[in-house]
Formats: sequence, C-alpha cells, structure tokens
Amino acid sequence: MAKDMMTRFELYQPADIAGALELAGKLGPDGWLIAGGQDSLDWFKDRAKRPGAVVDLSRIESMRGIRETDSGLEIGALATVTEIEENTLIKSRYAVLADAASRVASPQIRNVGTIGGNVCQDTRCWYYRSGIDCYRAGGSTCYADTPEGMNREHCLFGADRCVAVSPSDLAPALVVLDASMVIQNKAGERTVSAQDFFIGPDTDIERMTVIEAGEILTAIRIPNTWAGARFYFEKVADRNTWDFALVNVAAAIQVENDIIQDIRIACGGVECVPRRMSVAEDIARGSAKNEETARLAAGSAARGAVPLNYNHFKISLLENLVLRAIRDS
Amino acid sequence: MTDYKHIGKDFVPPDILGKVTGKAKYAEDFRVDGMVFARLYTSPIAHGKVTHIDTSALDTMEGVIGVLTADDVPAVEAPNAAILTNSPAYIGDPILAVAAVDELTAEEAMTRIKVTIEALPFAVDPLDSLIEGGPDAREEGNIFVRSREGSGFRTVKWSQQQVDEFRAGKEPTGEFTDEWSYGDVEGGFANAEVIFEAPFVTTGYAHMSMEARTAMAYWQNGTCYVYGSAQSQSFWMPGLARLLGVEMSKVVLISENTGGGFGSKIGAYPIAALPGYFSKKLGRPVQLRITREQEYYIGSARVGFQGWIKMGFARNGRMTAADVFIIEDIGPNATGGDGSSAGGAVSLVYDPAAMRFRGLPVLTNTTPRGAQRGPGQNQIAAVMAPLMDRAARELHMDPLEIRKINAVNSDTTVYAEQLPVTSAYMTEALEKGADMFDWDTKYNQPRRNGNKVIGVGIGQGYHSAGTKGFDGLIRITPDGKIHLHSGIGNLGTYSYASTTRAAAEVLKCEWEDCVIHHGNTEANLPWSSYQAGSVSTFTHTRANYVAAMDAVDKMKAITAETLGGVADDYDIDGERVFNISSPAQGMTYAAVAARAIQLGGAYSGASYPDDIHEITQRAVQNIAGTGLIGVAKDKLAQEGVIPGLAAAFVEIELDLETGKYDILDYVGIAECGTVMHPQGLAGQMKGGAVWGMGMAGLERHVYDPQNGLPANVGYHQCGIPTYLDVPAVIRTSAVDLPDPQNPFGARGIGEPAMGCSVAALTSAISDALGGHTFGRTPVSRDMIVNHIAGKPQSFKPQQTNNF
Ligand SMILES: Cc1cc2nc3c(=O)[nH]c(=O)nc-3n(C[C@H](O)[C@H](O)[C@H](O)COP(=O)(O)OP(=O)(O)OC[C@H]3O[C@@H](n4cnc5c(N)ncnc54)[C@H](O)[C@@H]3O)c2cc1C
Ligand code: SF4
Repeated sequence: MAKDMMTRFELYQPADIAGALELAGKLGPDGWLIAGGQDSLDWFKDRAKRPGAVVDLSRIESMRGIRETDSGLEIGALATVTEIEENTLIKSRYAVLADAASRVASPQIRNVGTIGGNVCQDTRCWYYRSGIDCYRAGGSTCYADTPEGMNREHCLFGADRCVAVSPSDLAPALVVLDASMVIQNKAGERTVSAQDFFIGPDTDIERMTVIEAGEILTAIRIPNTWAGARFYFEKVADRNTWDFALVNVAAAIQVENDIIQDIRIACGGVECVPRRMSVAEDIARGSAKNEETARLAAGSAARGAVPLNYNHFKISLLENLVLRAIRDS
Repeated sequence: MTDYKHIGKDFVPPDILGKVTGKAKYAEDFRVDGMVFARLYTSPIAHGKVTHIDTSALDTMEGVIGVLTADDVPAVEAPNAAILTNSPAYIGDPILAVAAVDELTAEEAMTRIKVTIEALPFAVDPLDSLIEGGPDAREEGNIFVRSREGSGFRTVKWSQQQVDEFRAGKEPTGEFTDEWSYGDVEGGFANAEVIFEAPFVTTGYAHMSMEARTAMAYWQNGTCYVYGSAQSQSFWMPGLARLLGVEMSKVVLISENTGGGFGSKIGAYPIAALPGYFSKKLGRPVQLRITREQEYYIGSARVGFQGWIKMGFARNGRMTAADVFIIEDIGPNATGGDGSSAGGAVSLVYDPAAMRFRGLPVLTNTTPRGAQRGPGQNQIAAVMAPLMDRAARELHMDPLEIRKINAVNSDTTVYAEQLPVTSAYMTEALEKGADMFDWDTKYNQPRRNGNKVIGVGIGQGYHSAGTKGFDGLIRITPDGKIHLHSGIGNLGTYSYASTTRAAAEVLKCEWEDCVIHHGNTEANLPWSSYQAGSVSTFTHTRANYVAAMDAVDKMKAITAETLGGVADDYDIDGERVFNISSPAQGMTYAAVAARAIQLGGAYSGASYPDDIHEITQRAVQNIAGTGLIGVAKDKLAQEGVIPGLAAAFVEIELDLETGKYDILDYVGIAECGTVMHPQGLAGQMKGGAVWGMGMAGLERHVYDPQNGLPANVGYHQCGIPTYLDVPAVIRTSAVDLPDPQNPFGARGIGEPAMGCSVAALTSAISDALGGHTFGRTPVSRDMIVNHIAGKPQSFKPQQTNNF
C-alpha cells in the first residue's frame, strides 16, 4: 500500500522510430513505452508497475499528425485524443471516431493522452489496479470472478480466468471503421486489423493487444470503406465525463433506400476486447432501418452473455445501446 | 429590514487573493531548516495484530533518518484511533512512520521493512457482523456504545431469522442499544389513515478533502509548533495538546488555509500529532504529508445506515407517528452518532406527533467514520423525501402540500425532549422555492416523451446551526486600525472572516480599516467554537458582537473620562466617539486607543474578565498594552434548538433506455435567518447542491468482503460529480427572516444546503420512475437500469458497502 510516489527509472527520449525500436528491442520487457503518460503515470505512481526504464515516444515527429492518403486516413499514434476529436476530416468522414474521442476521459486527459496510448491502455479492473497478485498480474487467482467479488464493471463475455474488460472508447470506433494498426519492430512493419489487434485472456492473460515487447504502434490507418456512412457512438458511464464506460457502442451503417446495406457494430465494456455484434449485424443487414429491425437485432446483442454477480445490468444496457445504434443513427 | 453597513453585504475575504494566485500557504507549503520528511506504513489487511517489525534493513540505508512505531507514541484504548497502532483494524491503519531526507527515500524505505501481522476476522458490512456466528470487527466486540452514562464494547448478535426478516423489510426484532421516544407512538399509528413501512440503506463514502492531511512540527524551548491541516483553529488546541501530552500553553498551531475538511478535521486528529513525537525523537523538524490514497483511509467517511422506518399519516397529511430503526456503520473507531441525529431530524423536519427512535452502532473494518456535512440529517433526508412523496400519493395530495402541512415553524417542539426552536420558517422556504421553481407548472407538465421521462422532486435539509458561550476579541490600535481576532478555522467557507463583520457592524467602522487575525495561535486568537456543525455564523456573530460591545462601552467610558460627562452622553460613528448633544466634541478611535494604553486596566487588556477561556486569556495577555481591547464571553440569552433549514426543488429528465438522467433545474432556498454574506451563502448552497447530487446518485464505499479491500481510494474511483453531472445554473435564494436569538438574526446553513439537494434529487428520481422507491443511496445507474428492465438488483437486500 505505497502510493503517490514513483520509483526511479531510466528515461530515454529517442528522436526517431529507429532509435525507439532499438531501445525497445534492447530493453525488452524491462522497458516501458510512454506516449501521453495518462495511463502509465497512474501505474507508476501507484507503484503497481515498476519499470526500470521508460522510453518516451513523444519526441518522434513522424508519429504525430493526421494525414490524408489515397486509401483513407493515417493517424499517427501520437495524435492526441483532442486532435482526433477536433480534426475536420475525421469529423466529416468518420464522425464515429470524433464522437468517441469527445467522450474519452476528461478534456485535460484528452489534451495529453494519445490515440496509441488509448488503444494500448491496460484494463481498469480495480483489483488489478490496486496492485494485487491476480492472474493478470502474474498470480494464480482472480479476485473479481468469485461469488462475492465486486465485479459490477467486469465482463459479460469471453471470461477466461480473467473477467476484465476493454476500457477504451476509441477501440470500438476503430473496429467498426475497420482500421488497421501499423506496428513496427526491428524486423520491419506489420499491420493488423483493429479487430485482431485486441486480445483476450485466452490468448494472453497479461496483455490486452498483440503488441509484443520491442514493438511500437506507429500509426492507425482508416480505409475509405466507411467514409461518410451513418454513424452512432454512445457511452454510458456513471458520470458524464472523467469516467470509463459501463458499456459503449460504436456503429457504422450504410443505408440505401432505407435498407441497411452493410453494418458494423462494436461494444466496449463487455469483454476484454471490443465486442463485434456480429449476430445483430447479420440480422440488420438487408433489413429496413427502423425500430423493428433495431429491436430484433438488439435482442441478439447479449446472446451468450454470462453475467457475474454484480453486472447483469450490462445486459439490458448492451441491448438498449445496440437498439439505439441502429434506430437512432 | 434593518439597514446594515456590513451585514448582508458582499466583501472580499482576505484569503481569496492568495487562493487565486497560489500564494496561500497550506500545511505542506512550509519548510524550516533541517526538516525531514516522513511517510506512513499502513496496514495491508483489514484486521490484525502486529507481531513483529523488522526495520534492520534501514540501518544502513542512505538518507533514512529514523523510524517511529506504536511503541514511541501513547497507547490508546480500543476502539479509539491511535497515532500508530499494533492492532490495525482497517486497511490503511497507520502502523509506523519512516523519516528520511526526502519523501522518495522514505517511500523506498517502506519496501525494505518487514512487518508481520497476524490476521484476525473482519467485517465490512454491519449485517455480516451482526448475524450469529459473524465476525467481530474488534476483538472486544462488534458494538461500541458511546453515552454519558458510560461507553463500552458489547457483543450483539441477531439470529439468522432476524437478519432475514430485516433484509425482507420487516420491523427489526433484534437487540438494539439506543432508544428514545416522545408522544404516544402506538396511538399515533392507530389514528393514521395511511401507514407504511420501508427499509433503507445509505452507503457511507469519503469526505474527499482536496488537501490530503499534512502536519509539520518542531520543538522550540519546550513548545511544539504544529503546521497543520485543521478545520477549526482554537478549538483544536485542547485536543492537540492532549495528543502531544503537553500543556495547552506549550502548543502553537499554524493553520492559515485548509483544503477542505467537511467534518473530517473538526478536532485535532491523531496523525496531526505524529510529527510532534517524531520531531522529539529525532531532534529535527518533521513533515508528514499523507498520500491521496491514505486520505481515503484515515481521512474519514460518512456513516452508513441500514434501517427501517414506519410512518403514519392522518387524512389531512399530518404525520401522526414515526418509528425509526437504524443500524449505523461506525467503522473501526466507533465514530458515529449519525443514527440518533437522523431521528432528531425526522422529529424536527416532519414534526410527527409522536415518534420513537431505536439504534444500533455496529463496528466494521472499514475507513474510520466521522461527521460529514449533515451527519445523520442528510442520510435521512434522502430516505424521507421519496417516502413523503409516497404518502402524498396515497393521500392524493400534492407533494408540496404534504411537506407544508408538516413543516417546522417557530412553534414546533422537537426531539425526545420536545425542545422549542429559536425560530423556523420552513413553510416560507418551501413557498419561495416553489415559486422560483414554478412547481405547479412543472409538477403538472406531461412527463413522458418517447424514452425520456421527467421527474420532479422536493427536498428538505436540516442541521442544528449554532451554539453559544465562546469568546470574542477585538483590538483598536493608536493607528486607528481595528483588529478582529478570529479563532475560527479557515476551511474555505470564509466564515472566519464573515463573522468578524458583526464586530465591524457594531463599531460602525470602515471595512478597509479592519485587519483580521487568524490561522496561528501566535496571532493571539480567542477561544472559538469548532468550525463545523453549521455553528460558526450564529455562534461567532454573537461572540464578535459581545466583544465589540465591550469595546464600545470602554470607548465611551474613556471619552467621558477624558472629555467629561458620563459614558451615556456619548455615541459612536465615523470611527469617532462623540458627544450626542455636541457632536463636534469627541475623540477618534485612534485617540481613544492611545488613551486606553495610558489608562491601562481593562481598557488596555491589563485586566480582563475572569470568565473568558484560558486561550483567550493568553491572547489578551500578549496584546495587552497595544491598544483598546474588547473582549467578552458570549452570555447572551439562548434557549432551544437553533435550526438551519433549506428546501430544494429539482427537475430531471431520465432516459429509460440507459438509466441516465440530466438535472434540468435546481432551486435551493436557505432558511438561515438574516443573510450575513450573500456570496458566501450562495457558495454554500451551490456546493451543498453538488454534494447532494453526488450522494444521491454517485458516491459510495465499495469493499471486497473477501479481503476487506476498498475499491475507491482515488478521486476518480470515488465518483464525485463533475461539472457535466450538475446543472450549469444552480439557482439559490434565501428566506432572510431574522432569528430572535442572534443580535443580527443570523443562523448557520452549511449542512442543510446539502441535505435538501440529496433529498430533492432522490425524490425526483423516484418521481420519474412512477414513484418507485429504491430505499437506497446512491441510486446508481445499474439500479435504475435493472428496475426499468424488471430485473432484480445485484446486491442482497439491505447489503451495504457494495457496488
Ligand atoms: C482518470 C482517467 C480517466 C480515463 N477515462 C477514459 C475514458 O473514459 N475512455 C478512454 O478510452 N480512456 C480513458 N482513460 C485512458 C486515457 O484516455 C488513455 O489512457 C489515454 O488516451 C492514454 O494515452 P497516453 O498516450 O496518455 O497513454 P500512455 O500512458 O502513454 O500509454 C498507455 C499504454 O500504452 C502503451 N503505448 C502508448 N503508446 C504506444 C505506442 N505507440 N506503441 C505501443 N504501446 C504504446 C504504453 O506503453 C502504455 O502501456 C482515462 C485515463 C484516466 C487516467
Ligand atoms: S478480472 Fe482479471 S485483472 Fe481483475 S482480478 Fe481478475 S484476473 Fe485480475
């Protein structure tokens, strides 16, 4: 129980990606990448994570900015959440991402927090954050997934020893936009779809994304596919700002003559990864965009949900948010 | 209405500039030569016994100066809080402290200390302890009763059936320890047209002081100088001296600014004395700045309730009887009393013809509890509001009407003893609020719009708001300055300053010529009341009044003695004492002050009344001979309960698909006698409104019953409302009718300002949901969603300290 005081660490501030990759490769699991620091500094101050070395990415100019490309948009991993929220291209073509950004954390955190840090941030399970030795922290028990565990904010789907959820508001928006994540390591570059970028405890209980030690997320590419579609983003949290989602929903819908041609819906706060609402999408695709379709699709949203002791309210919330995403977009 | 020069007018309290520029000094801003920094090692488990402490690794650690353990400080008998303990009774209970050249070194040292703690059973929900076979939060028992007749531990257990019945909302049949009543309760129910019973839970939550408590101390010539984070100033002195084990004259407290206390820093708390002991041991000044997380452990929390209430109403809406049973969560240190206060509030606010209160204070291994803004009154305000609405519904009455019919007025008698009140104008507050809010229109508007529904609610707040018998001290110096000595603490309400305006009013002087002295024992401050319980305004306008009257009497006497005639020939104005029949003849205050020094005696403070407190006596001794001294103990007539009252009206729009609501309108009306300081009052009413909104829907303790771990130990996790969770405009006003027992008609308001808000919002949520009463604060998002979906709630009925 020692808090509010960081441990000492070596701070590296590379000026380019090559330098950062070299450091990241050399330091391996002992090195901690930091962008805006909004998640990292919490961990450090709480002393729940005590890295020996920190690689500060914020001086790498090439990872900044939001650029138009032939195939869509490329967002540097260091773009701040505020930049995403205010960017005119994103607002006009991919409003779901700007809307999601506007609901992240608080204005102060958005001004500093980056999109890269947002998608790479760790889960908010309060047990884990308090620094205790649960599965995710390398231990051999889960404190949340017990009959008496205080698990109101935990998952409905995909439990595998760990029942923590994806905390990011941007993640579901990136999933519905079919974004691809550009990851660099010493061997080169690989891209992974947003859908596959996030991983559950069944894949690796100590990580939230496919990024491995020594790798850096350098950019996020948004294809033209969904530009200008109808969008919906809604987040329900206890508070209207400075609060993580209990459940959030992002949707992109292509509508012609009132018929849903194509649709992607993803929800946060219900699984360790942003959850694609595939069944709801299948039900809605090809149907009229109206309340009836919305209700039908929403009815499938929570199929397979396994609520914990304190979170069955998320089932109703999830269904209602999917309903609204289709009905009100 | 009296035309005052200062009372009822806005002014700029002298500490404001420092607060907006950052120059204001809080306890942690002070540095002295040779100062070292301490950090705490606190208990990682909810209940245990320290069997071994190994600090040998620190012997050779660079930068470590020393260690302080429970063996270095006075032992304290359970369940009272100790400075350091070997019997931790909650996660976060301080066990030892390390001092080092800087905080980082001290914190690193913690990781090298080995503390062995033998675990003991623990409880985080009173009902888990109360049930037969359940764990006791203390080895000595699970109940601690504090009473004048004698305090002590008890062990009380209820049978499984009794607990089950209580959970099912039935009248508790288990043992209780506290009871009072008045009137014919049975008869009251027999005469009632409508009777209902309701169970309720109000979960405790943190005080949330922005300034994590800090203290720095050193010794000089046998006197301990403490730079502390204190809610009260002079009132801290006896307790601080006791904690430090020295005479009161051997303690100096410096607390110029305090970043909030809200009841958690009323009197000297144990950790404030730690640097004094550490400093003595090390021979160096020591500062202890606890962490934000530790503030959530030792910074105290509101008492939680698990209760049951039965109420009866006559056909005309009058409450004929009330029967209240409250199990209080009094934490590990048996700090409560909220239950009985809640009963008192029922008696005063709703004036039932007869009532009974029964209470049972149960110990838990959770954060120590402390008085928090409206301790008891505000919990029960939230419980009562939706139930009053229910009574109104069953009687086919307007919710405003039923409140007016039962409203406290100047003839109401209250509490078990059926005491009189000094004055009360709840009806006027309700009427003023209803008018500003446009209750009739809002109450009768169409409520449903698609998946949105409008809810309106009314809340009433109460806390006793004054005391008496404290001292006032003022001084006029030969340079014409009027020195107002204020022994009240400065936790941000400005009442340390606004109450001195009573003296300026009496002296008819210019505010620019006044100098306020406060925040430091060495500033020669009088004995003052606790800066809590909404008492400062009533109490210290009186104390300042009597001191200023003493000065006026002395000034007239001096002038008569100097210019001839008798004192009654003279009056004051324009900072002059003048002859009534020949106004040109007179003396300036400056001249009178100079003359007072020459004349000595009581005029200059060389002698003083023998009924003033020892603290005031010392202050007078120190300033004697520097000017004209006005000093007196408040012996003005005072009888009966001094109520601070407030009423609030809320309109919300609730989304039936998400359970979220927006607060569309809020009107809060203060009923605190004469308004002393309009901006200060508005600040209280708005701050109280926001706080009530937090309590109604967001803030609560959560503990893991498996290991006693608290879930909310940070601002973010505690769920305090943000700007976007409260209305952009919070409208406030005041009844502004004078109370006869204060020279200016003023009473206090701090606590009711919040009680009316939590009550009004709870009532509005219930209204939006067609009158459903959750019987619980906070009404969280998940509860609303589950209710609308027709699903059961996640928690066990009457469970507490849970999500
Ligand atoms: C009080 C609070 C409330 C919050 N509320 C919300 C909310 O409502 N919604 C929401 O979505 N988020 C919320 N957040 C999280 C915050 O928005 C994100 O943490 C922020 O965007 C992170 O960005 P950062 O650059 O500051 O992250 P950092 O702390 O710098 O990094 C976070 C993590 O990502 C890794 N990382 C960062 N950049 C890269 C990269 N380029 N490549 C590989 N790894 C990288 C870091 O190693 C670290 O593990 C909240 C945070 C706080 C403290
Ligand atoms: S839910 Fe996951 S992160 Fe939380 S305690 Fe369980 S294992 Fe740890």
